[in-house]
Amino acid sequence: MTDVLTPVLTANWADDRAWTLAAYEAHGGYQALDKALQLSPEELVELVKDSGLRGRGGAGFPTGMKWSFIPKDNPNPTYLVVNADESEPGTCKDIPLMMASPHTLVEGVIIASRAIEARQAFIYVRGEVLHVVRRLRAAVREAYEAGHVGTDIHGSGMDLDIVVHAGAGAYICGEETALLDSLEGRRGQPRLRPPFPAVAGLYASPTVINNVESIASVPAIVRGGVSWFGSMGTEKSKGHTIYSLSGHVKRPGQYEAPLGITLRELLDLSGGMRDGAELKFWTPGGSSTPILTAEHLDVPLDYEGVSAAGSMLGTKALQIFDQTTSVVRCVLRWTEFYKHESCGKCTPCREGTWWMVQILRRLDRGEGQPGDIETLLDLCDNILGRSFCALGDGATSPITSAIQYFRDEFEAGLTTPSAELFPPSASTLFAATALAGKGAAS
Amino acid sequence: MTTNDPAQSPLPDSVDGMVTQTPTEHAETPIGPTTLAELKELAGRYPQSRSALLPMLHLVQSVQGRVTTEGIETCARILDLSEAEVSAVATFYTMYKRRPMGTHHVGVCTNTLCAVMGGDEIFERLCGHLDVGNDETTADGAITLERVECNAACDFAPVVMVNWEFFDQQTPESAIDLVERLRAGERVASPRGAQITSWREAERVLAGFEDGRVDEGPAAGEASLAGLRIAQERGWEAPPLEEDSGTGRGGETKQEAAAEADTQRAEAETVAEQSPADVEGGADDD
Ligand SMILES: Cc1cc2nc3c(=O)[nH]c(=O)nc-3n(C[C@H](O)[C@H](O)[C@H](O)COP(=O)(O)O)c2cc1C
Ligand code: SF4
Ligand code: FES
Repeated sequence: MTDVLTPVLTANWADDRAWTLAAYEAHGGYQALDKALQLSPEELVELVKDSGLRGRGGAGFPTGMKWSFIPKDNPNPTYLVVNADESEPGTCKDIPLMMASPHTLVEGVIIASRAIEARQAFIYVRGEVLHVVRRLRAAVREAYEAGHVGTDIHGSGMDLDIVVHAGAGAYICGEETALLDSLEGRRGQPRLRPPFPAVAGLYASPTVINNVESIASVPAIVRGGVSWFGSMGTEKSKGHTIYSLSGHVKRPGQYEAPLGITLRELLDLSGGMRDGAELKFWTPGGSSTPILTAEHLDVPLDYEGVSAAGSMLGTKALQIFDQTTSVVRCVLRWTEFYKHESCGKCTPCREGTWWMVQILRRLDRGEGQPGDIETLLDLCDNILGRSFCALGDGATSPITSAIQYFRDEFEAGLTTPSAELFPPSASTLFAATALAGKGAAS
Repeated sequence: MTTNDPAQSPLPDSVDGMVTQTPTEHAETPIGPTTLAELKELAGRYPQSRSALLPMLHLVQSVQGRVTTEGIETCARILDLSEAEVSAVATFYTMYKRRPMGTHHVGVCTNTLCAVMGGDEIFERLCGHLDVGNDETTADGAITLERVECNAACDFAPVVMVNWEFFDQQTPESAIDLVERLRAGERVASPRGAQITSWREAERVLAGFEDGRVDEGPAAGEASLAGLRIAQERGWEAPPLEEDSGTGRGGETKQEAAAEADTQRAEAETVAEQSPADVEGGADDD
């Protein structure tokens, strides 16, 4: 049995000046690179494949397998692109990772580039995180100066350039093909697939796109090996991962644990719900994953467990809401987000999110009309599976799941404003004392 | 009223003095030879120069306080694109502003988690206090207020961003105090970042030029360390990495993994029937 929490990626975050090369190397940093340089690209791909590492960006696709799809006979150069756009509501793990230990990511980038034989890598980081951009740029510069990046890395003959690229504010650019368009200097709109990025990605060349946490997990796998990684987690969801707890809990924050820990265990560690609070609903992996309730406290938070419970592990962004919170208000706000961020390329998503916002707004105001709930479900039905990319699908998750668990609250929206049933002031961080007597609201 | 220190001034032909002007009387700094050279430098950092367009627009904003027609023309010329092509990109992204910005950008996260935790109240109180609406600039030109989407700091909710630096766990009062200090030109530092300079200087860093402030601020805020602290208190650790000083345990990939690989491959084959992007593009994406 492993310990309840297993800090690997987060282990050095409290170190003095953890973001510097010196601090990272004092912690064993760049030792994995030396080891990786002794392995052939094929061996590295096999290693990551065999480790069972699955993508931490939301979909859980096996990372080593993704690497193995890069064609060997393509005349174009191969690119590695790190998805550091982290914008899925609730998700807040990659940003602190890059802030505290950007070298973990940089070392992962070098090793992954060797595995797929890329000589050019990009880190596409969302623009709205200035200090993270600073830390990344400095880390890459230091890595160049130390000879970990550049030409003939450690005398191995390997060449690699890394560019840190700041985005400019658009959730859709987290979608991998939209990200590629954005990185090519275009509007960030998803591309038709096939061709898949592995064959025709950036500049129509073979490209691997991975999430920050996926790539940052690679150095430890290289050092620890397959059985080390597999000694954490469950049979099909191997390894350690970062769970992000936010909302009405005593100690919100980042908790790195083996895959398969439960929310009950995490809540226990984080001191439980805030005083006087009861768990009402939560997202397991960001706003695009169907919400769950207190009946799901013991669901193993791994890919299989959460999907058996009718949701998705997603980004492991656990947004926790207590009984003071109006589910209608939350669903409206998420839907406004999807409407705002819809790139407009396809009709179901562009028009559907607009209509859903109109309906949810009147339900939130207590001015809903008979049939509104059915119309919402119909709209979701027309978007799910019919939109061009997963943003549209994700937009339906909060609505359908919230109606499933809290239909009566939507029905109340025909007559009563959500703010009357659930005064927003009681939910705030600075109103913890307002809780007494508010339980009656639900 | 500006915190700009001439020594920090991003460019010789840049913003000093400009920041005190109100948006309406804002005379635009022309794109001088230094900026032109820097724009070209950015274009040279990529295998295909068009990739530099986003960084170049960030640089235009840092010099001119917004994306100007001159900026669009200049980017188009350097990248051999039409102005319409550049303009189409500039209008797609929320960080690019066509209206003159205040000295500081104050973003209040009103995505669901922060909104519930108090972001809505903070935003309303700031609107009232500053007498502006969303995406508007105060009469003195000091602050542009904007609602922003989830800024990947939900564990620090409710979050306010100043020039894209984090201000965590805010209250209406702390946020008002913050904007007052910014307006008064006081020295303000992000608890998880650097000293606040100006929105323009932030844009310059985003464009791709370091400003020497990387070592300011901590590695992590307390919430980021929540799990680590508990693990340290209770003596919990990941299994040891077992450095295998070159004994070929890298070859562990071959033997020890064989057993696991069976399960792994069975699963892999199921998944591989779909293409990778099918799976990623599926509803289980984030
Ligand atoms: C609308 C949308 C937004 C996304 N945002 C992100 C993101 O911010 N970061 C990320 O890593 N993946 C994001 N993804 C998932 C990516 O498309 C892709 O699956 C992922 O980067 C692959 O990396 P992984 O295999 O390492 O998980 C998003 C997907 C969609 C549909
Ligand atoms: S589903 Fe939405 S975000 Fe995706 S392509 Fe269609 S309109 Fe754009
Ligand atoms: S919801 Fe505000 S930072 Fe995530």
